[in-house]
Amino acid sequence: MSTVIPIGPYHPLQEEPEFFRLHVEGERVSSLEIELGYNHRGIEKLAESKSWDQVVFLVERICGICSTSHPAASVNCQEDIGAIIAPERAQYIRTVICELERIHSHLLWVGLAGHFLGYNTVWMWSWKYREIVCDLLEKITGNRQSYAMFKAGGVRRDLDNEDIPGVFDALDQLKPVVALFRGAIHDDPVLHARLKGVGVLSPEDAHAYGVVGPTARASGVPIDVRKDDPYFAYGWVDFQMIVRDEGDVYAKAMCRVDEIEQAVLIIEQCLKQMKPGAIDIHIKEIPAGEGIGRAEAPRGEVYHYALSDGSNFPARYKVRAPSYTNILSNEVAVIGESVADAALILAAVDPCYCCTERLTVIDSVTHQKETYRQSDLLQLSRAKTNALRERLLR
Amino acid sequence: MMHWDQIKTEIQTHLGQQVQRWREHNPRRIYIDIHPDSLLSVAQFLFETLSARFIIASGVDTPRDCIEVLYHFDFQGLPQVLSLRVAVPKSRLEVDSLAPVIKGTFWIEQEIHELFGIVFKNHPDMKHLLLPEDWPEGNYPLRRDL
Repeated sequence: MSTVIPIGPYHPLQEEPEFFRLHVEGERVSSLEIELGYNHRGIEKLAESKSWDQVVFLVERICGICSTSHPAASVNCQEDIGAIIAPERAQYIRTVICELERIHSHLLWVGLAGHFLGYNTVWMWSWKYREIVCDLLEKITGNRQSYAMFKAGGVRRDLDNEDIPGVFDALDQLKPVVALFRGAIHDDPVLHARLKGVGVLSPEDAHAYGVVGPTARASGVPIDVRKDDPYFAYGWVDFQMIVRDEGDVYAKAMCRVDEIEQAVLIIEQCLKQMKPGAIDIHIKEIPAGEGIGRAEAPRGEVYHYALSDGSNFPARYKVRAPSYTNILSNEVAVIGESVADAALILAAVDPCYCCTERLTVIDSVTHQKETYRQSDLLQLSRAKTNALRERLLR
Repeated sequence: MMHWDQIKTEIQTHLGQQVQRWREHNPRRIYIDIHPDSLLSVAQFLFETLSARFIIASGVDTPRDCIEVLYHFDFQGLPQVLSLRVAVPKSRLEVDSLAPVIKGTFWIEQEIHELFGIVFKNHPDMKHLLLPEDWPEGNYPLRRDL
């Protein structure tokens, strides 16, 4: 008997509504349909009526979690059009902000995944440590989110040298946190049973769908804009690209935890290598031409393409966020998995979290309808974790 | 991993005839103009033979009598972004779909279809992606004339 399970589209906790329709044979998912467009804000059209300077602020509002990734791609794009090179100190400051954001974004995901699995301690701890990073960002930029630091040709505010020892102290507090979460995931047999071999995305499918970020790297595809097409200060610091071969939810989780550690190392190097100097070259205009800007967001490559006719406004501004490619790959990753795992797999690509506000089961034969709320889905997922826990304890 | 010079030679050897214009904005950003009729074979060569990664496609309305579509690709471990540009005439807004070859183009072709009015031939499902199903016919939000 075939059953259709719609998941979404709205959830009060997230800014990216999506609608998933799961086709289920018994307990197993046989196919997945995804619908977008519930929150189409027309950013690309809007960008055509904003000045180049304003575009950076506009794209900062695309994502509420990785709010600096789009400005990063945007300044790379504008600097590509005009062959502009920002001062060295500005490049280091940009890198520090991007990596702090990666840490808080990954901690947010770890917390939500923990909550979803029934590990609420992980959720509380993870978000507690995320506060350290948000406080740091507030200290450096004045804002916990949407930092408004980037502009073509530099940054808007300098990093105060007096703040730097405090940043090092905060980073020292984070180091044991990474070890804590790595140990918690690595040493827990229930998590192994719950996450390993679940929602596997093969390297071939990763290539076919063009997935990016931890979703690609956890499937053995070594791509990272920071390494492949170095921007900002990434070419001047040492760090490791985290790649795993398993392709499952476990690999995606470990990939993110290890990336937090690398982010800490990058920030420390930036702060040590940074010299006093100019932070902005005060460009006057963006010349006519076209440009491409890329940046490695916590979820993967952000890609901007812009066309300039030499005026103060872009003639065309194209944005591609990483979730655009990652979410579509769910249509293969979720096949053959159970309903209890489906929502976890959808969330594993970190699409700013899957929408599980409301879930309706429609029996396609009898057309009977049953409505599940978010709590029911959570219960389903946690019940599976508990069953595994009990079985392993026996 | 192939070196960029090897990839460039492969493209020029196998696709030399189809390339109308080769422009290097800088060593990392390469734009190639091709005829819409050769799009499918060129994209297939890049994606399957050279293992290029499809990044995204961008539709661009021009003041001329065509709408441009740029297909952006890159290669694992290399900084280069290769953008294939096809100029689709406004008198006949049709071009081959890449979705049967590259699954990652499925959504963006739907999006360009609804925002610019280009029809992608052989696309498995040419429906709306972002705009509502009852969006009025013939209104294309990213056209210059709207």
